[in-house]
Amino acid sequence: MTTPITILTDATFDEVVGSSDKPILVDFWAEWCGPCKMIAPILEDFAREQSDKFTIGKLDVDVNVATATKFSVMSIPTLLLFKDGEVIARLVGAKPKGALLQEITANL
Amino acid sequence: MSEHTRVLIIGSGPAGLTAAIYAARAQLHPIVIEGEPSSTTDQPGGQLMLTTEIENFPGFPEAITGPELMANMRAQAERFGADLRVTKVQRLDASQRPFRAWLSDDDEPSISADAVILATGAQSLMMGVPGEERLLSHGLSTCATCDGFFFRGHDIAVIGGGDSAIEEATFLTRFATSVTIVHRRDTLRASKIMQERAFANEKIHFAWNTHVVEVLGDDKVSGLTVRDTHSGEERLLDVTGVFVAIGHVPNTTLVVGQTQLEDNGYVRTGPGSYTNIEGLFAAGDVQDHVYRQAITSAGSGCVAAIDAERWLEAQGH
Repeated sequence: MTTPITILTDATFDEVVGSSDKPILVDFWAEWCGPCKMIAPILEDFAREQSDKFTIGKLDVDVNVATATKFSVMSIPTLLLFKDGEVIARLVGAKPKGALLQEITANL
Repeated sequence: MSEHTRVLIIGSGPAGLTAAIYAARAQLHPIVIEGEPSSTTDQPGGQLMLTTEIENFPGFPEAITGPELMANMRAQAERFGADLRVTKVQRLDASQRPFRAWLSDDDEPSISADAVILATGAQSLMMGVPGEERLLSHGLSTCATCDGFFFRGHDIAVIGGGDSAIEEATFLTRFATSVTIVHRRDTLRASKIMQERAFANEKIHFAWNTHVVEVLGDDKVSGLTVRDTHSGEERLLDVTGVFVAIGHVPNTTLVVGQTQLEDNGYVRTGPGSYTNIEGLFAAGDVQDHVYRQAITSAGSGCVAAIDAERWLEAQGH
């Protein structure tokens, strides 16, 4: 089994997100963020259950400030959905699994 | 078919989890409905999930973070066999016993319970001024620990004068160039130690007798229009970040119209955790508008579990 979640950094972000053949949902998070921890298991579920529709990436905003700034992330957790390297949806804040999936799939 | 439990605990802050620890140790096999992830204070673990260091919870001389404390309480409840579930109660029927709870929109209730401990807590109030909703997460936040990091080098404002406002302001000075506390009165409600810390902090300024009229900015916060409560004079506060910490409302949606509430909307309890409905007990911030501390909340959760246990025994359950 391959690692279902891609860890992204400032250095790898453009290449990985730009070359992703499926839409990729990027979780902007940090260690000190309680709501980020709450949605982490949901994203792990998505990585397993939704792998035919989209993939999951994670970016730690603490050490990857440039990417967070580039996408004007001012509140975490923020989930950005990318398709062909472009942002097609922005979801801010922790939400229940069903609500998150609904918003993601509505934008795919 | 719905499942049956002797004790259903709704909420997973200090009150709910302490009730769970006690009920589980009393072999009542409680089901705990924890809530669902959200970025407000209405979430599994409760309000402490959005705090940093807790310095006044006895037993932790070196302080402990809110999320860590809640993870410990959760592990402790689980160890004694509490059945914890990350989901939300959509509806509660307390008009007949056993009580019935719905976890979905189905007609059929999901759980029936001989006793219910309501520990749904409270959540942050918003200001209700123009611009607030539009700029939420675009420079306006209710969670300093979540979003403070993004305000490195900014001039920001914290709205409120209680403990949480002062704690947030102090925390935010780690990142911000300056923090202005905007408060409607000329004194703080916060505890003395928090006040002294704030007064001693060179980065913290105060706008006394001031309230917010509007949050300004197109796609991110560019300032605040504030009004002096005495003179009525309006002025611009030049900030690029706003943190709202003006207080809380109890999460009573499940029981409104069913159990007696105080005039201010909190669930009426007493003696102990008894509500006016037999078998329905309430603990923590949903019924406490006076103390609202992690330790008092945990204490009232313990009271509710013991009340429920004795009540069940008396009923012959």
